[in-house]
Amino acid sequence: MKADNNEKALLQGLSKNDKKAVESIYKDNYNIVQALIINNNGTADDAKDVFQEAMIVLYEKVQSGSFELNCQIKTFIYSVSRRIWLKKLMHQNRFNLVEGHADMISVDDEMEDHEKRNNEYGMMEKAMNNLGEPCKSLLEAFYIQKRNMQDIAAGFGYTNAENAKNQKYKCLVRLKRLFFSQYKNESL
Amino acid sequence: MIEDIKILEAVERYITGEMTPDERVFFEGLRKSNPEIDQTVVEHTFFLQQMNRFDEVKNFKNLLNENHIHLAEKGLINSPRLKGKAKVIYLYNRYKRVAAIAASIAGITALTMSALVWSFSPGKPTQEVQALRRELKQSISKLENKNHELNQKIDNVKDQAQEVIQTPAINYKSGGTGFLLDSKGYIVTNQHVIEDARHIAVQDNNGVDLNAEVIYSDAQRDIAILKITDKRYKSPGSIPYSIKGYGGDIAEPIYTLGYPRNDIVYGEGYLSAKTGYNGDTLSCQITVPANRGNSGSPILNKNGEIIGILSAKQNTAEGAVFAIHSKYILNALNELQKDTAFKNVKTPSSTVLKGSDRMQQVKKISNFVFMVKVD
Repeated sequence: MKADNNEKALLQGLSKNDKKAVESIYKDNYNIVQALIINNNGTADDAKDVFQEAMIVLYEKVQSGSFELNCQIKTFIYSVSRRIWLKKLMHQNRFNLVEGHADMISVDDEMEDHEKRNNEYGMMEKAMNNLGEPCKSLLEAFYIQKRNMQDIAAGFGYTNAENAKNQKYKCLVRLKRLFFSQYKNESL
Repeated sequence: MIEDIKILEAVERYITGEMTPDERVFFEGLRKSNPEIDQTVVEHTFFLQQMNRFDEVKNFKNLLNENHIHLAEKGLINSPRLKGKAKVIYLYNRYKRVAAIAASIAGITALTMSALVWSFSPGKPTQEVQALRRELKQSISKLENKNHELNQKIDNVKDQAQEVIQTPAINYKSGGTGFLLDSKGYIVTNQHVIEDARHIAVQDNNGVDLNAEVIYSDAQRDIAILKITDKRYKSPGSIPYSIKGYGGDIAEPIYTLGYPRNDIVYGEGYLSAKTGYNGDTLSCQITVPANRGNSGSPILNKNGEIIGILSAKQNTAEGAVFAIHSKYILNALNELQKDTAFKNVKTPSSTVLKGSDRMQQVKKISNFVFMVKVD
């Protein structure tokens, strides 16, 4: 299969959160996934969820750096979407898919990987939501927006950077506890 | 805790590479000799990675959603709008059996429940519960009558040929209490207070009688709303209390203001049970001094929120007084607002009494509590 230069550029763009690249992949692949879902007992909302999850799988793959796609983007997204939808249908005891797209690859490894990450994402989301304010904003400011401590201390009304730092660590300890308590339960 | 934070701080500086080379060597030594520190480094590295990944995916999800909306608007992907009808039919086909079964179960349950409720409902508690409507002492009216007779005699003397026909003064025979719902002159009271009334007047804190008429009444919930029609009525200002949409808690301190006699009377007590007579869920049981004439009195909590209307007491039990839950006042108000003539009737959603002491609260509220007199 010809590793299209255009496709390579798209994947590179995707790994850098480039809006144009994401839009282009979205536009070229959404309809075919939606058709699959709708022809198989799904709604347009289901289609959106499934497609976006497949996009995340692709995103995670290109993020990992060493990734090389050995099929077309379309085939990859279709295969992953199909797999995700099949799994959802299995929960409702329906198995047979009516489908139009032929090209497919095996995505077992990808799915296993993705499910693990997806679980972790859910746990972090839950931990963050249970953390409460001001801890959540404080940690986001430091670890995600990478603002410096002086700045944060001023923004959150702490008397000095040292105070803000102590508070930040206390919050971090709590967040870690919330996260790992789920993590350990999960792995049991 | 402080120890933990120090360690965590060191670990974080180590991971992010903020340590000086000396520090780094020292820390690596520590890491080798102390497995706990080593474990913390591994765990924290993993955790920071998790946080970063969480953030990346979260942002990516937002980006995807933006794109979805954008592309759907432009029509570059098949937007979900066109699926509207198909979805309904599809859902209908998918769930019609379930729906049919659910509907029949619901039907059977509804019939059974209504049969059960019908056979077990206590009916109207007629004897044991006494509505606290007051038979007005007639002394003042009698005096007025005497005056009236005197006047008539004088008139008769003055003009013997003509028989003077005067509109007879109305003798109000019974009464209760009511309080303003809307300072435009809307008063809420018990339905039993104004039952079978020919004339209704409300008397304000200064003893002035004002004519009023019933604009809403609900016998089952025992709630009525009156409107003061008298031109002499002047709004006493904005209402200081609010009406709470849900019930209070057992043991919550409460107080009431009412007209068991010609002067306003204060009483205090507590909420003693969440249901009323015979488990009636429309009302709650309170312990507060109550006499005839207290019907329709507001029951307030310490914040100055009305949690109920005093309505009745149980004759066969000592100190059991019942109040209708305040949410039925709000329900009644909602019903009333459906009539376009009354759609502007409003009650304040928050109290201004919170935090002020009881004497201040009572002082403010007493201008908004009226004696309801009925002929």
